[in-house]
Amino acid sequence: MTPGYKPEDTVRPDRQRAVAEEPGVNVVGASVAKLDSREKVVGRSEYIADMYRPNMVHAAFVGSPHAHARILGYDVSKALGAPGVVAVLTGDDVADGRMGAFIKDEHALAKGKVLYHGEPVAAVAAETEAQARDAARLIEVHYEELPAVLSPEQGLEPDAPILHENLQEYVKVFDAGSEGNLAARTVFSEGDADSAWDDCDVIVEGEFTTQPQAHVSMEPCGALAEVDATGRVTLWSANQSVFRVQANVCESLQLPMSKLRSLTPRVGAGFGNKMEPHIQPITVALALKCGRPVKMILSREEDFEVVRARHPFRIRMKTGARSDGTLVARECEVLLDCGAFADDSPGVLGYSLLMARGPYRIEHVKCSGKLVYTNKMRFGAFRGFGNPQVTFAGEQQIDQIAGKLGRDPFDLRRQNICREGDPWFLGQVVESNGLDACLDAVESACDWKNRDSWPDDTSRGLGIAITAHISGLLGTGAIVRVLEDGTVSLNTGATDIGQGSDTVLSQICAETLQIPIEQVVVSSPDTDGSPYNWGTTASRVTYTTGRAVSAASHKVVAQMMQYASEMLDCDKSDLELRFGGRIGIKGSNTDLTFGDISGRAHWAEGGPVVGSDTLVFDRNTHDPKRASALGLPFPRIGVMSFGALATEVEVDHVTGKTSVCRAWTAADVGRAINPQLVEVQLEGGFVQGMGFALCEEMVWDGPRLANPSLMDYKVPTSRDIPDHIESIIVEAPEPDGPFGAKGAGEICINPVAASIANAVYDATGFRHHHLPLTPERVLNGLLDRDQTGPVP
Amino acid sequence: MTAKEVLTLDVNGARREIEVACGEILLTVLRDELRITSPKRGCNQGVCGACTILINGVPQRSCLSLAANCQSKEIRTLDALLDDGRMRKLQDSFQGNGAVQCGFCTSGMMITAWHFLETSDQPTATDIRSALSGNLCRCTGYQKIIDSVAEAAQETSQ
Repeated sequence: MTPGYKPEDTVRPDRQRAVAEEPGVNVVGASVAKLDSREKVVGRSEYIADMYRPNMVHAAFVGSPHAHARILGYDVSKALGAPGVVAVLTGDDVADGRMGAFIKDEHALAKGKVLYHGEPVAAVAAETEAQARDAARLIEVHYEELPAVLSPEQGLEPDAPILHENLQEYVKVFDAGSEGNLAARTVFSEGDADSAWDDCDVIVEGEFTTQPQAHVSMEPCGALAEVDATGRVTLWSANQSVFRVQANVCESLQLPMSKLRSLTPRVGAGFGNKMEPHIQPITVALALKCGRPVKMILSREEDFEVVRARHPFRIRMKTGARSDGTLVARECEVLLDCGAFADDSPGVLGYSLLMARGPYRIEHVKCSGKLVYTNKMRFGAFRGFGNPQVTFAGEQQIDQIAGKLGRDPFDLRRQNICREGDPWFLGQVVESNGLDACLDAVESACDWKNRDSWPDDTSRGLGIAITAHISGLLGTGAIVRVLEDGTVSLNTGATDIGQGSDTVLSQICAETLQIPIEQVVVSSPDTDGSPYNWGTTASRVTYTTGRAVSAASHKVVAQMMQYASEMLDCDKSDLELRFGGRIGIKGSNTDLTFGDISGRAHWAEGGPVVGSDTLVFDRNTHDPKRASALGLPFPRIGVMSFGALATEVEVDHVTGKTSVCRAWTAADVGRAINPQLVEVQLEGGFVQGMGFALCEEMVWDGPRLANPSLMDYKVPTSRDIPDHIESIIVEAPEPDGPFGAKGAGEICINPVAASIANAVYDATGFRHHHLPLTPERVLNGLLDRDQTGPVP
Repeated sequence: MTAKEVLTLDVNGARREIEVACGEILLTVLRDELRITSPKRGCNQGVCGACTILINGVPQRSCLSLAANCQSKEIRTLDALLDDGRMRKLQDSFQGNGAVQCGFCTSGMMITAWHFLETSDQPTATDIRSALSGNLCRCTGYQKIIDSVAEAAQETSQ
């Protein structure tokens, strides 16, 4: 135990809460309780599985028993005759449309071929879920089995079986360079990495691998679809974007988007798994076929097997520095398992390479990667989006260089980090940058400078890592309406997946309008009535949607001022906005309430007040004068948040088990609109990252996922977390962020595996290149070290 | 056709007579037959704890409980505890400490915590971690849940 430290210290029941005394006044920056928290603590939130519609039937699917096979035909007669069955759906029933965020390669339901073990190949609707599951097993599918591709290396071999024979014809939204099983390739370079190695006094090089990780949102995916008398579909589903659901269902089933309304109940978390489609297209196709509302809820096993997972990465990385510590060059080459469908994978490939330089000034950088189709479930978006993988490699190499140069890891980083106004890799100028403050805060919190005075304990180690992450991307909007009585309706189309965006956006709206937050009501996302929102992903809602909410709210204020000037017969410049939703004449007690103004607007003059704003993130990622970029999947990506993390581990020298004792995590989020909600992101992201670092791994036994259950796939429990997690919020305001805010959702997970690996090295003298750091792996490292001595 | 049976269950203080398939689990009966949806199906395997309810006052996984075995027992979901003083303290502390994110684990977590506080006086953080370790949460990282239970424990003991 570290001196002066007791586990009991971590419980802080008397900790001060920064809740504003007067609601609505300076509500930005206050830890307002999440607006949906009351309904959740009384068990009244309605998730997709809690929805029941009149005359509803339940659905289940049958999965492919093969990793790769041609479908020769179906015999559905037994299933159709089974008790309670109302409809059976096969690939013959669905349109030939293909969906996909970057490469449109995926049908609503397997059609012609199956591409992974467990892939939905047919589905049944029946009166009860049990009947649907029983009947699904009676569907006979005739296959011609084909040889399977089970690794990206195998997929690139010249004689490899081809998954997508018509890949060249698929619609792609960027220059993918697809060929054979190569779904996409990306190459970025800046400076001259090939010849820069001669300038380096120290070079470290290594190959790293990371494992597939399952999202395990506590709510399994599900959908409920019903069709009205005109044939129009209403679809509720667990999602991170009602608009992406609408686009994917309509593309795959070839429906006009106007024929499908996409809605969301409460969502039981999403970490990327619910952004792009899961079983919404199948559910809609079944509802269209049987004419009754259809609900399909995945079992936990199915949720593991058919949704998506974090990509396994193979990373070759090389970093060089001069003897004075200046980082000179970095090369990174990655190989990604795409799984059977491209999904968000091209984005993950491109983003991981964009982040592979790390938050450092490095003059010569070359990053390249390949994304290869395999006969496995799709890999896709998962919190961090490729960043935790490359950070695992990159931040260990920074420590290795520090070791070789005899430098302090904090100081070496501080010498090389990007500063405000520096270009990011490929050229985008980064405006706000609180990384230096994050480093200082973590160094001080973990008492780094005094660690040599800690008791000599060979089982303990302390490690650090730093990171950056974007928040931004694509289109978003907000509509702010003043109701007749002066209260306000806020509609953004952003799905609150539990992280609290409804609350944060309400805070931004209430603060701008100077009204109590209780007077703002948030509309649930609805493709019929909400402005477009690309999704709750890419750490983007607070920053991008917040900007739209702020702008729309300012338009409301301007309109209300105009009306007030008419009502008070004075110039607008003589008016001021007052707390509590009032507009008054400066220097006088005369004022009007929002209700007075809105009532007149509704019933007499001017018309109801509606403020709206839309935007698309428009700063270029790539400056062609500075860098070259081939296969860039996103031309305009986002603004940067920054983070630093220190972890203290204890390694059991007998079993190899690594426990994290304490963690100090700092993030520059621009401005914490709601500090408590930022803290939960930092803590939750840390623990999810700890699972990635230490225990979580999806394991394939040949073509079959061997551990699709919570019994066999271990996520951290309350007993596994550190005794002490300290969240430190740093605020370097982003000039165009709402009140300076930028994202917090992902920055927290990126450095965890790297920081823990650096701590394990500190404790054991063994450098780990492969995740997760299981007891077996760490014990083997200890045994190797005992034979060869520490390796820097 | 699956055989049916008629069960008489005491759910949240009300006597409910229902016809269900033989071998039906309690969670399915509560949700699909009685439309009591506060217990959630997270894994159907007894691991995640989202379906935790009280049977004769003891937290149980309703996904592992046969409905037929629960006749003549008191079945209580979160819905029955809303006016209980200790539960109210927990609800307030969960809300105030930011222990609620997506909320899918929350009702099971609160049942477990409520029962734990019934039997535990002035628990340490280690006691709380241990008590909650059968309820998975993927959002919060647990720290704020542990803080909330500690706060409720302190208020309960006052």
